Amino acid sequence: MRFFNDENSSLAQEIIGRYPKPRSAMIPLLHLAQEQEGWVTDEAMAEIAELVGTTSAEVLGTCSFYEMFKRHPVGKYVINICTTMSCALMGAGDLMKHAELRLGVKSGSTTVDGMFTLEGAECQAACTEAPCLQVNYRHQYRVTANQFDELVEELASSDHEVPEHGVLSQIRQHIPENRSVGAVPPEDVATAPVWLTENGGNQ
Amino acid sequence: MSEMTGTPIPHAPGFIANETPRIVTARFDHEDSHTLERYEATDGYQALRKALQRTPEEVHSEVRDATLLGRGGAGFPAGVKWGFCPPGVWPRYLVVNGDESEPGTYKDRLLMELDPHQLIEGCLIACYAVGLSQCFLYIRGEMAVAQERVAKALNDAYDAGYIGKNILGSEFSVDIVLHWGAGAYVVGEETALIESLEGNRGMPRLKPPYFPASIGLYGQPTIVNNVETLSNLPWIVQHGAAAFTAIGTESSPGTRMVAVSGHVKRPGVYEIVNGTTTFRDLLYGADMCGGIRDDHELKAFVPGGGSAPWFTPAQLDLPFEASQVGPQGSMLGSGAIMVMDETTDIPAAALTLTKFYAHESCGKCVPCREGGTWLEQILRRVVEGRGTPRDLELLIEVGETICPGDFPHAAVPSEGIEAVPFPYRMTTICFVGPSAFAPIHSALTLFREEFEAKVAGNEHPTMIEVAVDV
Repeated sequence: MRFFNDENSSLAQEIIGRYPKPRSAMIPLLHLAQEQEGWVTDEAMAEIAELVGTTSAEVLGTCSFYEMFKRHPVGKYVINICTTMSCALMGAGDLMKHAELRLGVKSGSTTVDGMFTLEGAECQAACTEAPCLQVNYRHQYRVTANQFDELVEELASSDHEVPEHGVLSQIRQHIPENRSVGAVPPEDVATAPVWLTENGGNQ
Repeated sequence: MSEMTGTPIPHAPGFIANETPRIVTARFDHEDSHTLERYEATDGYQALRKALQRTPEEVHSEVRDATLLGRGGAGFPAGVKWGFCPPGVWPRYLVVNGDESEPGTYKDRLLMELDPHQLIEGCLIACYAVGLSQCFLYIRGEMAVAQERVAKALNDAYDAGYIGKNILGSEFSVDIVLHWGAGAYVVGEETALIESLEGNRGMPRLKPPYFPASIGLYGQPTIVNNVETLSNLPWIVQHGAAAFTAIGTESSPGTRMVAVSGHVKRPGVYEIVNGTTTFRDLLYGADMCGGIRDDHELKAFVPGGGSAPWFTPAQLDLPFEASQVGPQGSMLGSGAIMVMDETTDIPAAALTLTKFYAHESCGKCVPCREGGTWLEQILRRVVEGRGTPRDLELLIEVGETICPGDFPHAAVPSEGIEAVPFPYRMTTICFVGPSAFAPIHSALTLFREEFEAKVAGNEHPTMIEVAVDV
């Protein structure tokens, strides 16, 4: 029983092929696994280990370092409220309290219907638009308590464009075969690239 | 207060156009600034064509002559950094640092979302000039929209022949690979970024070597440049180093993007003239932030991202010039200014930063892993009114295990306290540990009485947690 479905298996091979060393594909493949399942399962990590030529312990080691990889099921929508300085100065504390009351869960937990996971998050690079939050890593700016309630209703009603947790970028890079230079293991490259040698520069 | 004159751009959340010459934000006014069509219609990929008609060494010299200072935080000149690649060692790589996550920093995400082709063209110019045979564009995991915009731009640029084999019919060939992070602040440190790109836990590497240009990705020479730094390259190649150095000062030429957040009338992202614009221009200028909110008073500000020691109104007339800000006890860092008015609970504000760095410690260096956590816990009990006077000494003692000796801070003219210049000494590999201490040290040095008020009369710390407001 393979973890990745057919489409993702071939996507995984395409991703691995872009790197000079397969292990570099580890984080992209963990994202792919999370996209397929909503979280990162043990089966996914075992298969990624095989794909990049390492052990599942190594994959767990990498996976567990990064906050976005969830190793247990989370809500369909993960709501991250920024709690770092700029947002805190502009009322993120009150927004979090409101969110906890509105969703009926403490920060760090998931609603019983599995719709929402609420988390306090660190700086989201939208500091001028404080307080801000992200739903599945898409920003909402200058969020008031009312706006938060509306957002939750919208998300619950499916009248919105936010993809389910696990889906990150909805556009993938595709390198056309006829344009691709290709990734070469570093040990197989011994000379300067041709445009340097032709121009006699920078050796 | 005068009428505000800068123009907010509706489709660019936070960006406000002012009277500064626009180098990297020139296309932001257009709603379709992120498309190939708009890019090509506004000089796009002309700098690449121009570069390809010159030798790589000539392009490198142009960038060196422009004194383009790195916009990621350290401010090291990009052209000089490029020159650190050891001769004869191949292949060389380019890693683009798009992991913007320093508290208060908001500019690289805008550049990726609103002008991804400008960044791509910058990457191509760097690869051509230095002989870098593959480029990895590392975008912070939590930036789904930036990932989408850059992915689309890369796909379009490949199809149009700007990336890949024999670019524009020349010998120059390079792939740009889009790579997403997965949530870890420390990965913004360039050696941690490389570890992450190799599929590992994102922990900084032991130094020396100080620059991955000598030993980087897969042990090969690797240039790591910030998104804003690379986004300047098309303009520099197109208009020449002389035009770039004509803006700003000799040691800090060009423009830079800054984000001002917190208690100002008009928080926003501004492109400002480097070297000459002062903090006062930025915080009070009619075409910029327009003063402190509701005509409150400025109490303190963080001048260069959460890691930077704090300034007070006494430092408002300092310009964006590292050689002036450093001796006054702080740094310009990543162009993030966080403003606090007189209503701010200073110890609580410091806590919002210290807990960030404690949380983001990768755990590799003991002083940061243990010290950061203790700093957060002790500060938290002080903020919550559970601390004792002894805790204020303890905070400094713990901080000194991370940064021994005098820690940089601003002058306090009213009390005759002189500035201690930047930088600090440190017992850790990277800046995360010192950054957990920086807000505490600044807050305690500049506003000690607020801490004393919180611990007055407490003999023993109590263990009850109470809610905290800033």
